[in-house]
Amino acid sequence: MSDAVLALEGVRKRFVGSGRQVTALDGVSARLEPGAVTGLIGPDGAGKTTLMRLAAGLLEADSGRIEVLGIDVAREPQRVQSAIGYMPQRFGLYEDLSVGENLELYADMQGVPRPMRAARYKELTRMTGLAPFTRRLAGRLSGGMKQKLGLACALVRPPRLLLLDEPTVGVDPVSRRELWSIVYGQVKEAGMTVLLSTAYLDEAERCAEVILLHEGRLLGQETPAEFSQPLAGRTFVLRVDGMSTRALQSRLARVPGVLDALVTGDRVRIVTDEGFVPEAATLLPDHPTARIKPVAPRFEDAFVARLKGQDGAHGAPPKVSMAIAGEVDDEVIRVRDLERRFGEFRAVKGISFSVKRGEIFGLLGANGAGKTTTFRMLCGLLPASGGELAVAGHDLRRAGARARRSIGYMAQRFSLYGNLTVMQNLRFFSSAYGLRGRRQAERMRWALDGFELDGYQNVNAGLLPLGYKQRLAFAVALMHQPAILFLDEPTSGVDPLARREFWARTNALAEAGVTVLVTTHFMEEANYCDRLVIMADGDVLAAGRPREIRQRARTPDNPDPSMEDAFIALVQGREAA
Amino acid sequence: MNPLPLDGKARARMRMLGMIRKESLQILRDPSSIAIAFVLPVVLLFLFGYGVSLDARSIPLGVVIEQPDAASNSLAGAFERSEYFAPRGFSSIQQAQQALAERRIDGILWMRNDFSRRLLSGREAPIAVLVNGVDSNQAQATKGYIEGAWLAWLNHYAAAQGHPLPAPVALQQRVWFNAALNSRDFLVPGLVAIIMTLIGSMLTAMVVAREWDRGTMEAMMVTPLRIREMMVGKLIPYFVLGMGGMAFTVALAVWQFDVPLRGSPWALFASSALFMLVSLAVGLLISIVAKNQFVAGQVAIVVTFLPAFILSGFIFDIHSMPGPIQIITHVVPARYFVAILQSLFLAGDVWPVFWANMAAMSVLLLIFMALVRRKAHKRLE
Amino acid sequence: MPWHILAIALKELLALLRDPRSRIVLIGPPIAQLLVFGYAATFDLNHVPVAIFNEDGGGAGRELIARIAGSPHFDIVARPLRDAEIAPLIDNKKVLLVLHLGQRFSADLQRGKTASLQAVLDGRNSNTAMLALNYLRGILLDFNRDWAMRQGQRGPPAVLRTRAWYNEDLNSRWFIVPGIVGLLTLVVTLVVTALSVAREREQGTFDQLLVTPLRPLEILIGKALPGVLIGVLEASFIIALAVLWFDIPLRGSVGALYVGVLLFLLSAVGVGLMISAISVTQQQAVLGAFLFLVPAVILSGFATPIANMPEVVQWLTYLDPLRYFLVVVRGVFLEGDGYSLLWNQYWPMAIIGVVSLAAAGWLFRHRMY
Repeated sequence: MSDAVLALEGVRKRFVGSGRQVTALDGVSARLEPGAVTGLIGPDGAGKTTLMRLAAGLLEADSGRIEVLGIDVAREPQRVQSAIGYMPQRFGLYEDLSVGENLELYADMQGVPRPMRAARYKELTRMTGLAPFTRRLAGRLSGGMKQKLGLACALVRPPRLLLLDEPTVGVDPVSRRELWSIVYGQVKEAGMTVLLSTAYLDEAERCAEVILLHEGRLLGQETPAEFSQPLAGRTFVLRVDGMSTRALQSRLARVPGVLDALVTGDRVRIVTDEGFVPEAATLLPDHPTARIKPVAPRFEDAFVARLKGQDGAHGAPPKVSMAIAGEVDDEVIRVRDLERRFGEFRAVKGISFSVKRGEIFGLLGANGAGKTTTFRMLCGLLPASGGELAVAGHDLRRAGARARRSIGYMAQRFSLYGNLTVMQNLRFFSSAYGLRGRRQAERMRWALDGFELDGYQNVNAGLLPLGYKQRLAFAVALMHQPAILFLDEPTSGVDPLARREFWARTNALAEAGVTVLVTTHFMEEANYCDRLVIMADGDVLAAGRPREIRQRARTPDNPDPSMEDAFIALVQGREAA
Repeated sequence: MNPLPLDGKARARMRMLGMIRKESLQILRDPSSIAIAFVLPVVLLFLFGYGVSLDARSIPLGVVIEQPDAASNSLAGAFERSEYFAPRGFSSIQQAQQALAERRIDGILWMRNDFSRRLLSGREAPIAVLVNGVDSNQAQATKGYIEGAWLAWLNHYAAAQGHPLPAPVALQQRVWFNAALNSRDFLVPGLVAIIMTLIGSMLTAMVVAREWDRGTMEAMMVTPLRIREMMVGKLIPYFVLGMGGMAFTVALAVWQFDVPLRGSPWALFASSALFMLVSLAVGLLISIVAKNQFVAGQVAIVVTFLPAFILSGFIFDIHSMPGPIQIITHVVPARYFVAILQSLFLAGDVWPVFWANMAAMSVLLLIFMALVRRKAHKRLE
Repeated sequence: MPWHILAIALKELLALLRDPRSRIVLIGPPIAQLLVFGYAATFDLNHVPVAIFNEDGGGAGRELIARIAGSPHFDIVARPLRDAEIAPLIDNKKVLLVLHLGQRFSADLQRGKTASLQAVLDGRNSNTAMLALNYLRGILLDFNRDWAMRQGQRGPPAVLRTRAWYNEDLNSRWFIVPGIVGLLTLVVTLVVTALSVAREREQGTFDQLLVTPLRPLEILIGKALPGVLIGVLEASFIIALAVLWFDIPLRGSVGALYVGVLLFLLSAVGVGLMISAISVTQQQAVLGAFLFLVPAVILSGFATPIANMPEVVQWLTYLDPLRYFLVVVRGVFLEGDGYSLLWNQYWPMAIIGVVSLAAAGWLFRHRMY
């Protein structure tokens, strides 16, 4: 195991917590070759963080052997810790220290000689765009800037091996691109080796190699291309004139032989079972305008195919039935000149938009663009400083309890009671919405069935796997059958399978007449929206249908831009102006 | 990668200084650290200096004289002249007892209608005294003051009658160090120990636990920083903060509350420094075991703050505690420091007391430090 | 409406009791404190170390020393032989008290002259010194009277016959232990309620709660109820231990005691929720609770009498709910009080409770974000 930067051999790790034994890693062997970026990919609970911590000497393996830079981690953890760079999920910044002070601290820790520091800081702050903010406290930075600062701290003295644990969670596409270019730059210039875990599968595509973990087991270590190789000839895009992509997607997802269906741009991308040859006529016999085109497979297709294969038949989630009694009211949410100031700072600068019944409406923006502030004002959690807003005809801040009964809310981070069981959470929130007796029992049953929570009734909500937490939160938001649903970054940090499930449910709700307001950092998810606004610095940068917004970024070089391209073009265009 | 142009020692010093600088900045920016080090001492000193006193003044005393005359009035007059009593007359014992039950008075002095007759006839004239015994400490004091006033009157009366009272044994008392038995003079020095416990153990425990909560500990662990450097880097700023709090408290005690400081400042400094180190070691130990702020805070209150208050001899006398509790007090560092403080402030440099308690604190320091060394490692489990 | 409130109260209770850390906070510290306070916090003096410097060889002197040695309050631990030995004994805290009988002590007594007994005390702990002095005076008083009687002299023309009401033996544990009922109930209720909103804020569940149709007032009451319930259980537990374990007499009306408990809890919960509504993080809530607790305990008359405080400080104590409750517990336990005697303690607690709850409610609505 000499020249590998990181080598794992038969690594096993178990945790014992509250009477249950969890196997986090089960005989994992892998090797990292120098000078490349390796992606560590897997659904929630696959053991990615445990692997990182084992490699950093923060945990001790039950069995197996880990060598970092030729050093046995179990025997000499300090030597490994001195040699590598590590950025934990919560980036390890001191929020009450300024950007410069954080850098200084890490420079002290890493023994960077003083004369060399000024030049290094200059380079790092230039790369990360933090140069104008060196005196700002780290706690006051936006999420994206914090991540970049965390990365800069880990790079103060370029390590030979850099471990990054989900560095791009909750980071907007612009910041994500910047993070990636910094990492690539370091790999190229300093010959650094990087191990990076992520939930964004498009990022896996940028890695030289990918280690795929699932439930503690290694599913493979190959290049992304090798991963997608077996899917050649099984990936297609479809388009039907006069049919919404959302409807098409949910239709295709239920066709036997279709393993996966995903909205991309104004088409639907499908992955088929091995040996299944899709033809427009067989897939959609009632739509003669359907057109189908084969495309090259992507890593995401391979990921989904492999994992669905692992779990056996993984069909579409059970359909969640909802009955929304609707008055025919056109504008369910109306916002006019909405403004919010925090002291001198204007977080939201007089924005206007409206949402119609049954629409999925997206609120997009970079970190710190003001979308969460807007969102909280709409839910009545934050008073507006100026302007008008009406949700189902009310300002929820002032309206009584009755008005709040018409909305459902799912917060950005898990916000149910962690030490209450699933059942206790469901019972409490249904009571809070005024349900009782048989009606309550019915709705709880509905939640357990519809969200496949059976078997988890008596598990503490805080101990659920992330995907199940998200399901539970979703169920809670729907207990009282609200006409309007607020979803704040519902898929942040959630793996691709759970995200697909989530969108299938959301689409079904919209079809049943529920109005959905959603924020997200996953730009491809914006394609599920009927309409959306993109915010920047408290202003609306662009508004319209996804297609219209994508059109704006069309250039001769890029005739079919993705939503992410459009988003970046818009934000950068504004910054340039 | 280029070899760094620094040797191992220089890098270790740089890491330690970096830790110290970081920790100091955090203290300066965290209002709650400053509050505990400088605002809390003021609050506690004012409460104890002005609010808390075990010295009774103006005890409301009911006086019932069933047949007023010269003799009974002269006795009542003796109580009126005493600075310890605020006597109030009642016409019947029932009324006075009612007042006692309603807590309007703390005691009753009752002269029955045969008092003067028996006094004049030379038969022992009884004076009934009732005190409210609920607050036993206060009741003891009240009893003592009543006896004092009664004896003074008795001597005066007997002398006036021409045959002075026989006094087989007379007590000549001298109280050293605190002749006026002023309780503030013994409470305020003890507060120094309480305040330093708060800074050293509670604040440190919570601040280190905060690093676990916020995940910064995890990032710090994967650097060349050694566990020993981290500990020392954390200890030094809090040591300085604690000594600052101590100096501030002592200054307030001496100049604002006129508590005498009879010992040498060097002895005070040396013992405070040692106690501060013990407290810091306890704080570190708690934070290493607890790893979260909530538990660390609770544990710190129960194992450091309360014992410093109750088991250190700060208010309650250790000799009077039951045996098993006396044994427990031996592992309370504040016990030794309070003993040193009360001597240093009121008695001066009493070297045997000083060195014996310093030795005990040193032993505790070694034990706690050894525990910290054993428990602290750069692992998450 | 009550249905919602019950649901919140139930949820609060579950959230509290299912968390092992909270359970520890509810059970561990109270028991530790009860034992420590119950046993260690005593003003009674026992086994005060005494040194006797007896230069007198006579029987009268020996008799006096025998009386001192026989007292439970004093232990004779040293018998210095020279004057120079006295100072180090006191300085080094070997003894609290040195008694010196001069060479002529017995001789003077026999001749009817006043013999002098010199006492030197360590005043570093002034309270202990004063109590020791009182005990010594008592012993001397008895000795003098007996001596005079035996000499056929007339006793003093007037004698004191002192009785203590309610706590006949002046046992300080009877005073301290009922006080602990108030102290621990306050600590536990305050911590539980102070953390309740702050924890939800920190964990993000508060937003989820606020978007439900629940009204702030309903949330407030729902959060107050478990505090009261836990407080009642805690108080009952300590009351039971006080009676069964520490043998403190419970003489008055239990009903009157529980009226006091409920009103006290109302005010404690009000203050706790107020702290909680202000704090953003749990650390602030703990610090806030601590900053309220320390003065509240010191100014309550728990260990030192309010009457000894300067007047300005005494006004401050009127804001302290513990002040009133301590009168209620001690009144019911020792003095055998019923409702009528405690009325003056009830209404201030009720007012503090209502005002603090209203303030908490106001803060709730105005600090929702």
